[in-house]
Amino acid sequence: MKGLASIGISGTVLAAFAAITSLSIGWTYLRTEAQIEQEVRRAEARQLLEIFPAETHDNDIVDDTFSVAADTPLLGIRETREGYRVRRGENVIGVILPVTARDGYSGDIRALVGIRNDGTVAGVRVVAHRETPGLGDKVDLRKSQWILGFENRSLTDPPPPSWAVKKEGGVFDQFTGATVTPRAVILATRRALEYAASNNDVLFEIPADAS
Amino acid sequence: MSHVSFSQLTLNGLWKNNPALVQLLGLCPLLAVTASTVNALGLAAATLFVLVVSNTAVSLIRSLVSDTIRLPVFVMIIAAAVTVTELLMQAYSYELYQILGIFLPLITTNCIILGRADAFARKNPLPTALYDGFIMGIGFGAVLVILGAIRELIGTGTLFADMQLLFGAGAEHWRWTVFSIDYPLLVAILPPGAFLVTGCLIALKNQIDTTLDRRARAQIEEPIAGSKRVRVTGTIS
Repeated sequence: MKGLASIGISGTVLAAFAAITSLSIGWTYLRTEAQIEQEVRRAEARQLLEIFPAETHDNDIVDDTFSVAADTPLLGIRETREGYRVRRGENVIGVILPVTARDGYSGDIRALVGIRNDGTVAGVRVVAHRETPGLGDKVDLRKSQWILGFENRSLTDPPPPSWAVKKEGGVFDQFTGATVTPRAVILATRRALEYAASNNDVLFEIPADAS
Repeated sequence: MSHVSFSQLTLNGLWKNNPALVQLLGLCPLLAVTASTVNALGLAAATLFVLVVSNTAVSLIRSLVSDTIRLPVFVMIIAAAVTVTELLMQAYSYELYQILGIFLPLITTNCIILGRADAFARKNPLPTALYDGFIMGIGFGAVLVILGAIRELIGTGTLFADMQLLFGAGAEHWRWTVFSIDYPLLVAILPPGAFLVTGCLIALKNQIDTTLDRRARAQIEEPIAGSKRVRVTGTIS
């Protein structure tokens, strides 16, 4: 009987602590929820605004999304992700496409590619990667300016075969000690441009006869 | 254990029983996130906070909880403290939260925290338990930061880069480029570098201890082993 009673007490104490700890987590969650959501949006918006600075458009890019299905040809993304439309007045002046380069040196490289409605690159940003620190991670703007080299490029400047690192006859710099990573990002950007070119109507909502 | 002085606790946490260098606890985050000073500092602060909260809570409830269920209760307390920390960091330092990623929830499994709760906090009154959590956190954090600084310096040639992640925009210019290199010493930033630098730190600490020990012993023995002319004043112990 004594054993049973002590099990009862222990059980009750455990349950009480479970309740107290859950309550404290729940309370903190409720208090921080709004702030966290705001931070997530702000972080997202900061990246989008780097590609299309605030003065270039008049819509809220973060809210102007469309979904891009997983395994969309050319984009390489593995799960459904969001793309963004950039508008000025009536016109869609650009889109930001989610892309994934599956041929990185160490796993997938996820990036956002901003493309203007004239087919030029507004900007590319790598959002997640696991490339070698000090070598391949120069695709990250925090480590190197390399990624800015895509700005204003298009499928005619340079023509598709020259979308490669210099070592392989292209026009883009490679990094010392890393060829695979920049090549993956270059090709992913080119594929995004090709995707935008072949889906021009849908993306920029321009009537077919106008283009 | 019940009559521990604060100075003893300080010495223990910072040096004699340093969680990272002597107890060798919590090595997983220690090795994983110390590639730069800012990451190390972020994890150090989070661990310190969790240690203080868990030690405080454990000490407060030490008479309520029987021995049989103490471990599940401690784990619940620690897990709650970690989750709360994670939420707070997400809300107020989102970018750092993204960098620390998985290592933040992993604080739950950091042996230092359960270790201090079980070995110290549950046997001691609130002030000592709280102080023990604080000083152990500082001791662990200090090693994290030193390790992070050394690895950042060797690996990238900078110190205090990206501090704005932790201290806001004003800290951007804290970055101090000590030397610039085209071929960084990668090994320092990669995981093996963490082992190497930690090993050197432990060796250094042991060396200092040995030297201090020898000097202390020499002071005691000298008068006895010395020549007959030595006149000793004071006490020999």
